[in-house]
Amino acid sequence: MSIFNQSKKAYLLLANGTVFEGRSFGAEGTVIGEVVFTTSLVGYQEALTDPSYYGQIVTQTFPLIGNYGVNDEDYESPKAFVSGYIVREWCNTPSNFRSQGNINDFLKQQNVIGIHSIDTRCLTRIIREAGVMNGMITTENVYEKKDELLKQIKEFKITDAVKNVTCQENSVYGDENYKYNVVLYDFGYKRNIRNKLVRRGCKVTVVPAGTTAEQIKALNPDGIMLSNGPGDPTENTEIIKNLNEISKLGIPIFGICLGHQLMALSQGASAQKLKYGHRGGNQPVIDKALGKTFVTTQNHGYAVVGDSIDPEVGEVSHINANDGTCEGVKYKKINAFTVQFHPEAHGGPQDTAYLFDEFIDMIKKSKEMH
Amino acid sequence: MPLRQDIKKVLVIGSGPIVIGQAAEFDYAGTQACRALKQEGLEVVLINSNPATIMTDKAMADRIYIEPLTLDVVKRIIKIEKPDSILSTLGGQTGLTLSMQLAEEGFLEENNVKLLGANPETIHKAEDRQAFKDTMEKIGEPCIPSKVVETIGDAVDFAKEIGYPVIVRPAFTLGGTGGGIAYNEEQLRDISKNGLRLSPITQVLIEKCISGWKEIEFEVIRDSKGNVITVCSMENLDPVGIHTGDSIVIAPAVTLTNKEYQMLRTASLNIISELKVEGGCNCQFALHPESLEYAVIEVNPRVSRSSALASKATGYPIAKVATRIAIGYSLDEIINQVTGKTYACFEPAIDYVVVKFPKWAFDKFVYAKRTLGTQMKATGEVMAIGTNFEQAMMKAVRSIELGVDTLNMKKFEKVSTEELLEKIAVADDERAFQLFELLKRDISVDKIHEITLIDEWFLEKLKNLVELERWLAEGTLDEDKYLTAKKFGYLDSTIERISGQKCPMRKRAVYKMVDTCAGEFKAETPYFYSTFDEENEAKQFIERKNTGKKKIIVFGSGPIRIGQGIEFDYCSVHCVWSLKEEGYEAVICNNNPETVSTDFDTGDRLYFDPLTKEDVESIIETEQPYGVVVQFGGQTAIKLTRHLADMGVNILGTSADSIDAAEDRERFDELLEKCGIPRPAGFTVMTTEEAVEVAEKLGYPVLLRPSYVLGGQNMIIAHSEKDVIEYMGIITRTMIENPVLIDKYMMGKEVEVDAICDGTDFLIPGIMEHIERAGVHSGDSISVYPAQTLSEKIINTIVDYTKKLAFELKVIGLVNIQYVVYNNEVYVIEVNPRSSRTVPYISKVTGIPMVDIATKIMLGSTLKEQGYESGLYKNSEYVAVKVPVFSFEKLQDVDTMLGPEMKSTGECLGIAKNFEDALLKGLVAAGYDLKKEGGVLISVRDTDKQEIIAIADKFASMGFELYGTGGTATTLNKNMIATNQVNKISDEAEPNVLSLLESGKIHYVISTSEKGRLPERDSVKMRRKSVERSICSLTAIDTARALANVLKTNRTIDDVEMVDITKI
Repeated sequence: MSIFNQSKKAYLLLANGTVFEGRSFGAEGTVIGEVVFTTSLVGYQEALTDPSYYGQIVTQTFPLIGNYGVNDEDYESPKAFVSGYIVREWCNTPSNFRSQGNINDFLKQQNVIGIHSIDTRCLTRIIREAGVMNGMITTENVYEKKDELLKQIKEFKITDAVKNVTCQENSVYGDENYKYNVVLYDFGYKRNIRNKLVRRGCKVTVVPAGTTAEQIKALNPDGIMLSNGPGDPTENTEIIKNLNEISKLGIPIFGICLGHQLMALSQGASAQKLKYGHRGGNQPVIDKALGKTFVTTQNHGYAVVGDSIDPEVGEVSHINANDGTCEGVKYKKINAFTVQFHPEAHGGPQDTAYLFDEFIDMIKKSKEMH
Repeated sequence: MPLRQDIKKVLVIGSGPIVIGQAAEFDYAGTQACRALKQEGLEVVLINSNPATIMTDKAMADRIYIEPLTLDVVKRIIKIEKPDSILSTLGGQTGLTLSMQLAEEGFLEENNVKLLGANPETIHKAEDRQAFKDTMEKIGEPCIPSKVVETIGDAVDFAKEIGYPVIVRPAFTLGGTGGGIAYNEEQLRDISKNGLRLSPITQVLIEKCISGWKEIEFEVIRDSKGNVITVCSMENLDPVGIHTGDSIVIAPAVTLTNKEYQMLRTASLNIISELKVEGGCNCQFALHPESLEYAVIEVNPRVSRSSALASKATGYPIAKVATRIAIGYSLDEIINQVTGKTYACFEPAIDYVVVKFPKWAFDKFVYAKRTLGTQMKATGEVMAIGTNFEQAMMKAVRSIELGVDTLNMKKFEKVSTEELLEKIAVADDERAFQLFELLKRDISVDKIHEITLIDEWFLEKLKNLVELERWLAEGTLDEDKYLTAKKFGYLDSTIERISGQKCPMRKRAVYKMVDTCAGEFKAETPYFYSTFDEENEAKQFIERKNTGKKKIIVFGSGPIRIGQGIEFDYCSVHCVWSLKEEGYEAVICNNNPETVSTDFDTGDRLYFDPLTKEDVESIIETEQPYGVVVQFGGQTAIKLTRHLADMGVNILGTSADSIDAAEDRERFDELLEKCGIPRPAGFTVMTTEEAVEVAEKLGYPVLLRPSYVLGGQNMIIAHSEKDVIEYMGIITRTMIENPVLIDKYMMGKEVEVDAICDGTDFLIPGIMEHIERAGVHSGDSISVYPAQTLSEKIINTIVDYTKKLAFELKVIGLVNIQYVVYNNEVYVIEVNPRSSRTVPYISKVTGIPMVDIATKIMLGSTLKEQGYESGLYKNSEYVAVKVPVFSFEKLQDVDTMLGPEMKSTGECLGIAKNFEDALLKGLVAAGYDLKKEGGVLISVRDTDKQEIIAIADKFASMGFELYGTGGTATTLNKNMIATNQVNKISDEAEPNVLSLLESGKIHYVISTSEKGRLPERDSVKMRRKSVERSICSLTAIDTARALANVLKTNRTIDDVEMVDITKI
């Protein structure tokens, strides 16, 4: 295919009325979502298949996407979860020994509506200044019925996010000769969380988000892992209630991202929506106990309000070096710690993988005590 | 940790003269370091032998020594200044090696000096091949199978074990000097012999050759707390096997998946943590293209060329941060200046791509071997920023000043496909253009990949350019097509040429900000690059700031090349400083990532873009400046003058018309006639026939050169008709748009003057006299200030001529004039109404801030207002001798004989109370090993035979043993100077000149010949051999005399006082 064989015209219409004209790629059609941006330079396939992006239209600030194609190995979940995808330029001649196809075909197959050839930097700056806003990608002409479309766009809200991404039944992973029995709550988990645990000798039972404390107890786990996931954490009232009960089981708990937020909510803390979130592979986080700064992968629009944590209950263990927001909580009364960022990486830096080791240590200690 | 309280006074060691492999990037790093230290309120002592640097400017340090970078000199300065600390990692390999020697000898401890930035253990682990391998093994980072050997025999044995091809890497040499790839035993013996000799510890590494793997680099930074981040990843378009300095590099890495990227990123962090580097570090990896196998190639535990590139590519000031780490800060305490919101522990995210393209000197060194390998050959580089690879590549190609604006190179159009396919198998400087030509002929990406192992990603992108050009060439040039071409980086003029049609519209570039964070945070960096979108961030920035100040654009000098070096960056930066001081907003446009001028906080705004007419036009449209300055950016900026004037832009200083009058032969002749100033007779010709005829008329020898040149490009002295024909052949092959100038060649004394003129008054800060007579390019001559041998009458004549020329040319600002004094008459050779190579050093030794004065004059001030009288300024109490430095050992087959074509890459300065001491310092600084005994081999052309007698006599009287070839030996012996006769190479009989040079008996070679250039000539072979054996080789009779005189004084550097130039 020649690069000059221009595809269909596509539009991005933002809730503030701004229109970007570009070209269609991936699936054709119309989609509304929350427009966010990620600054990651690599790891687009991981991002596309990260369930945390459910309901969102993702913009890549790096202009050249699809350089190394897509492959069967780099999925973080069974399918793409983003609603829409915005890039400046996609690569129709990917080059990598693991590549099995180009990103355009992948998006088509995954039914993700994309738009390319727009000024992604300009878009990023709009979102940065105005905050996250809804938008629509469409191959229809937006000028004709702009007001009507804007009304639809403004009405859009991501709801039941976790319900839409969690699994329906338990599944078990890991070696038969496992050392630890770990339950992984699937709020929209990334595979590498599971893999990190399996690689450390865990049998991992992935359970649906709605699994109750009783059901967990029945599995008799050595540790509980709370996964990442999409959406507004506060809408998950059932799960939060559940977690409060689970925390009383005395089983070591490690939470990531949404798991971190839900845990905090279950312990009486509150969450806030960030103006435009943290999405990328370069966020510096200070581990207060170690006194060191680590570069982390992040993908979240909400954050736990650090001050809302009852000092009796827990303390902020990690903070974002840039804006000082809460990036992790160490609980005092219950055997749990959680982080806002993604120590499992994929994509992004692996610098905080040591947290999985800390989780395993916690499990070990807890097992020794019992 | 905040600033260490035990640090008050820091010694910074610079990197010395510009040589291939160690260039302006260290002026950038050093300048950042000095500024960071001063901002902390620390006292800074600086030593650097390179006078052309910004770093050695009075504003940069409290005490500045432009002295030779030798161990003894540094020790003396430490004794004088008593610093409490020394910063080792900002002065390239030179600074690092000196610091390590001082530390290892115990000298630092004895004198209570702390070593900042690196500790000897770290350096040892990173630089000693075996220690490095052991360290990598310990942390599980794979290395390439290799072995350190100290003999050729061991090298051969190990190669048998691991199989050919193998790479030879000498220990502790710069830019891989003396290394290479051996495909068989014979080659291995050859290369390792040379490598062992060049290694100061006689050690080379024999390594399994992994040519063809991807070459990936990471710039990493670490603080004393152990915080580590990567600043930038880079991918070499040319796979492993070609020095990264000679590779086209793209940032960030583009062909790696997250898996590979993170694998190598993590490896980088592991390495820097294990080495415990505190500061910046460069990690180079080889990555197997078809698996996850990788190997660590090299680690540089200091700032480097790559770190300069990474800094400019991301906006993250590595040298500045590294300096602050060295004095105690941690990454989480250092604010990212760019955003003002984030910290230095934030990894930059970029939303564009960067292409670095090397600049080689092969256009000058026509007979040099152009093949690229593990030995770096480039003298400089350009960087281009674009929103896609094609755009960045196109910008890079037109920034590199090869006379092309696309990847089409005419000379390959006629080359057969077969031959091209052969050519690309062995990389040379033109491979990118050869690839393009092949793609145009529909040779498949796969086939080219198979031959070159260049990743298909890059080849496909180049193919996109081929397709775009085809698309442009067919059918109507509509707006859609036009805009697509613009986004791919094509100039309007190029689009019109390719399509044969007028552009349907004129789209001007808009500017995006380089902000380290891909737009995530609001940044105030005044650092921009062009692209073709709607939103113009520069315009918004200007409107938002709305300072009400007048804006002035200063055009920089582009890539560093022979003849246009770091001096012009010094001038540009000074101009910017002055403009700011005078209340203007100073805007810089340049494309060289190695320089201080492209540091985003040098000017009020920086445009990192090519310096072509159209690129500049867009900048002017966005900036709407009050005026522009072209006279400090070398020929690169001067070339823009006419176009800018036509656009109606206000050119500050000397007008476009005056510049033309100085460069146009006929107009210049008229002007000289009017002033009554003689010049060597000469004519302008277009064809070989004309040239021969004119040369005959003038009488040999004659000087030939193309018009409009800088640095004596393609300039020769012809002694016969044959020379003229050979020369015209070369010139007409490359380009004959501009005519060729032929002058009568006068072998007189060359004198150079830099003057400042305001239209009413003129000021000559000093007159410089060259040691070598006319015929050796001024940039390659040893230059002495103040002139030592000129009579008052001659000086008065020179002052008078300078005045007349400056006034007649209506110079406003700087002018550089070269004279030749022949038979007591003064002739003008050349007038350049712009800044010159000598401005920085003359400014420093006379204390007259020439660029500042000139800038103020351009803004309307006068010399009188600034407190200067008309005429020649009083002589300084110091004599300053500028000695050129060459990079011959890195350029195979280049004749080292000095001539009218400039060959030096850098320079050193010697400053002392008298001439001999200053020369001594200059020579030592330039690396001359002034041995007082041994053999001197002399082989000179007939015209030099009379003069060599006295020189030879001097050497003989000092106890040197003399050797001479045929005629030279006969002449000397006839004159009662005992000389051993040596066989010429062509005599075949051994021992001959070559075996004598190899014997180690010879310490000086004096070689001149009427002809040279051709590598197969005996004289050239002899000079090359001297270079290879690191034998001091003198190729001009005058240089030899000067050196003999210095030896005769029997003084050493220890006898000469150290001079702090801030006190001049």
